[in-house]
Amino acid sequence: MRWPEILRLRLRTLTSRRQVEDELDEELRYHFDREMDENLAAGMSRAEARWAALRSVGGLEQRKEECRDMRGLNLIDNTLQDAHFALRQLRKTLGFTFTAILLLALGMGASVAIFAFVDATLIKPLPYKDSTRLVGVFETVPMFPRSNLSYADYLDWKKMNKVFQSLDAYDQRGFILSTAAGVEPVRAARVTDGFFRTLGVSPVLGRDFFSGEDLPSAHRAVLLSYGAWQKRYSGKPEVVGQVVTLDGEPSTIIGVLPREFHFAPAEPAEFWSTLHPAGGCDLRRSCHSLYGVARLKAGVSMQAALADVKVIAKQLEAQYPDSNRDQGATLASLAEVITGDIRPILLVLLGGSGLLLLIAGVNAANLLLVRAESRRREMAVRSALGASKGRLIRQFVTEGLVLVAAGSALGLVVSWWTMQLLTRLVPENLLLRMPFLMGLSLNPRVLAFAGEIAVLALILFTVTPAFHLSLGQTREGLADGSRGSAGTAWRRLGSKLVVLELATAVVLLVGAGLLGKSLYSLLRVDIGFRPEHLVTLQVAAPKAAYDKDEQAIVLQRELVRRIEAIPGVTSVGVTTSLPVSGNGNTTWFRVIGRPWHGEHNEVPERDVSAGYFTALGANLIRGRFFTEAEDGSKPSVAIINQALVRKYFPNEDPIGQHLTYLSEPPKPIEIVGIVDDIKEGPLEVATVPALYIPFNQSASRYFGLVVRTAQSEQQLLPAMTSAIREFDPGIVTAQGATMTTRINDSPSAYLHRSSAWLVGGFALLALLLGVVGLYGVVAYSVSQRTREIGLRMALGAQPGAVYRLILKEAGWLTAIGVIVGLVCSTGAATLIRGLLFGVKTWDLATLASVGLVLGVASMLASFIPARRAASVNPVEALRAE
Amino acid sequence: MSKPTDLVQGTLDMLILKVIALEPMHGWAIAQRIRQMSGEVLQVGQGALYPALHKLEQSAWITSEWAVSDNGRRAKYYTLTEAGRQVLAHETAQWERLAAAISLIVRTA
Repeated sequence: MRWPEILRLRLRTLTSRRQVEDELDEELRYHFDREMDENLAAGMSRAEARWAALRSVGGLEQRKEECRDMRGLNLIDNTLQDAHFALRQLRKTLGFTFTAILLLALGMGASVAIFAFVDATLIKPLPYKDSTRLVGVFETVPMFPRSNLSYADYLDWKKMNKVFQSLDAYDQRGFILSTAAGVEPVRAARVTDGFFRTLGVSPVLGRDFFSGEDLPSAHRAVLLSYGAWQKRYSGKPEVVGQVVTLDGEPSTIIGVLPREFHFAPAEPAEFWSTLHPAGGCDLRRSCHSLYGVARLKAGVSMQAALADVKVIAKQLEAQYPDSNRDQGATLASLAEVITGDIRPILLVLLGGSGLLLLIAGVNAANLLLVRAESRRREMAVRSALGASKGRLIRQFVTEGLVLVAAGSALGLVVSWWTMQLLTRLVPENLLLRMPFLMGLSLNPRVLAFAGEIAVLALILFTVTPAFHLSLGQTREGLADGSRGSAGTAWRRLGSKLVVLELATAVVLLVGAGLLGKSLYSLLRVDIGFRPEHLVTLQVAAPKAAYDKDEQAIVLQRELVRRIEAIPGVTSVGVTTSLPVSGNGNTTWFRVIGRPWHGEHNEVPERDVSAGYFTALGANLIRGRFFTEAEDGSKPSVAIINQALVRKYFPNEDPIGQHLTYLSEPPKPIEIVGIVDDIKEGPLEVATVPALYIPFNQSASRYFGLVVRTAQSEQQLLPAMTSAIREFDPGIVTAQGATMTTRINDSPSAYLHRSSAWLVGGFALLALLLGVVGLYGVVAYSVSQRTREIGLRMALGAQPGAVYRLILKEAGWLTAIGVIVGLVCSTGAATLIRGLLFGVKTWDLATLASVGLVLGVASMLASFIPARRAASVNPVEALRAE
Repeated sequence: MSKPTDLVQGTLDMLILKVIALEPMHGWAIAQRIRQMSGEVLQVGQGALYPALHKLEQSAWITSEWAVSDNGRRAKYYTLTEAGRQVLAHETAQWERLAAAISLIVRTA
């Protein structure tokens, strides 16, 4: 009952100011008059009575002010006044205002945008139930620390483990989807029946897989991703129960997955089909093609689980020595499996944007100091007129609030824009594999982060001038032309801030330099072939027509022949895996005639056509390439790379020697050629020993085409696709791209490029801000020393001496900044060691060039104020004071 | 004499509430009444009185209205509210306890 009344009174005070004031006036006047009447009645003269009444009142205006205070009027009044005054002050110094707002917006925009990526990747929980208990399950072999499980091993692990509530498997593959309009390639995943239950994900429409629905005996069932449901079936619920033809097999759509569901390791998958183990690989214990995902039992730690699966791997190794020799086990949290690759780069970028924010903040602080310095007179006058220190500080707070509000608003716009830009810069094929980056937004977590920055900025924007205020005696400011202790104190503080800025800029520049150099060495790494003028295309032919070897050989020959006929094409090759994609698809071999104790010599195997190496532009070291006639009817042959020679034939001639797969009885394969190392795996991974087998002796209906052209690569792709369609419209093609694009957009090149560019951008901005900061300090110092310089010149100092005087000061600041920065950057470089390729953390050339760049930039920046100082007219400088 | 230093801190509010508990009164009359009732000991000046009145009003312990006074002029009359009555009762009890305790000490000493 009391509070509504209080609220009403406060509102009245605010809204009916005039009336409240009038009433106050009348009330006090009434009292005064009664006092006077009393005095008159007591026999005083009129003048005496008035005087006594006035004395008893003790200042009518002061009383009013006290009453206003009691009504809480002054607080509101002062705040409004402060805000009004702040706006006027800021308008008066538009240059300062815009610069401060821009600095804040820039620093905030960069860090908030990067934070949004960090949030989407590392902070936002994965869209699964209790996702911290989910682990990725892998086998390990010497060549791959995280290798696939074979189906047989998966079944044994599932049966034997004591630590998983459930264990499931998945793989990723392309299917040929037959529609009324023809065939098209679709991305898909195969999963075991309990996969979605393990993740704790339920379809939004329809049902999950039944237990046992993944077995060969069961009818094929498939779940749609939400995107596929929207895109291909316009989100119609009747889709459940429909039959689709995938790879020629009818499959029933049983449901639709939730919109927010994603599972990066198998993305981009539109169709989630049951595993249905079939064909050579799924049924062979030695063929590893699956990934495992498991839910830990409650209370089971990662270590305990790891110990358990290691024991299982050992048991299987003992039980199946042929297939499971050296097959270990490893686990990783699912979050690590999904985001592990880009975690380091994101952290580096977050660090970089943080440094940029720091430098922007320091720059702003410096500006504020200069401004506070130039406002000493104003503050002194206000203080002399009775403004308390608290009131003056409140003025800074209000101004800071206005600046931070404007800067933050602009910063959010910048960050939103940056997020969109950065997402658009990610190549589409990579973005599809990082579904967690989709729908990046200014969510509450990101906004909270932005809020923290705003609060820090507000503290900076208010503490700096307030600190400055307390630094000097305000009264001193009144003295005309005073250049008291505060000026020097500011110069010292300002100089320290500039050193900090320059050092930060050095750290960012060194980081950018090292990352740039890494990218340079990565893209110039020897890949063993000529990627220019090469076009690549993936081909998948339907099983019904091309499952047999001879059918696939005909397909290969026909496609090569038809594409060679396209004008401009100089050579065409076929391989089961395109270069610079991965070292997977391995085989085990041994050298015939050498002692062998069952060890697995694991190498990637590529089945390539006769024209492959020529089309690729690979170098033949010795021996010969394959011939088109070499098929199953001819003796088995192989070409090996130099890495294989180095590892397995260090001191002998491999040509003419025989290898064999680990089959019983051995089937000899003669080595007929040695080719220079071709980069089969990622760019940054050293080339491993590799084995090349004639396509015609190991044919497949999935392969990649490599086409060398003398003409435009862009025009070739459509011509190739139509040539293939013309031959058989049932064949699908995908991932057509030039080899250079493939290499440049490969994950490792992309990660290196994006980090180099982004950190480079941060570094350039930092350099600019640092140099501007230095310019500010030197220019201010010159303006403060005008009189001194004038005196020196009047006493005969030459302009050269004045230049030296100013440049020496700037030179010292730069030197200290650069040295501190270089020391810090060697430390920082150690932190980004993992992202560096082909460059040392203390790369002298980088460090030296950064020092040089910063030195030159700083000298240029201080040259301008130095020239102003040297052109001072001594007479005027002395008279000015 | 703007602030009655001989008035124990915070007791002015209680005195005002007590005085207007009898009947609605304007500021000058309140000051007079306090002086008379205290046997001319407590002099409440304008400087303390009006801020206190405005504060009490803002706290909704008293309300005000304009009425014609004994000398025929318009004056602002203050009335105790229900909330003010409760505060007064509480303050009075508190004061009596305190006063009794202090006089106990003063006498024994």
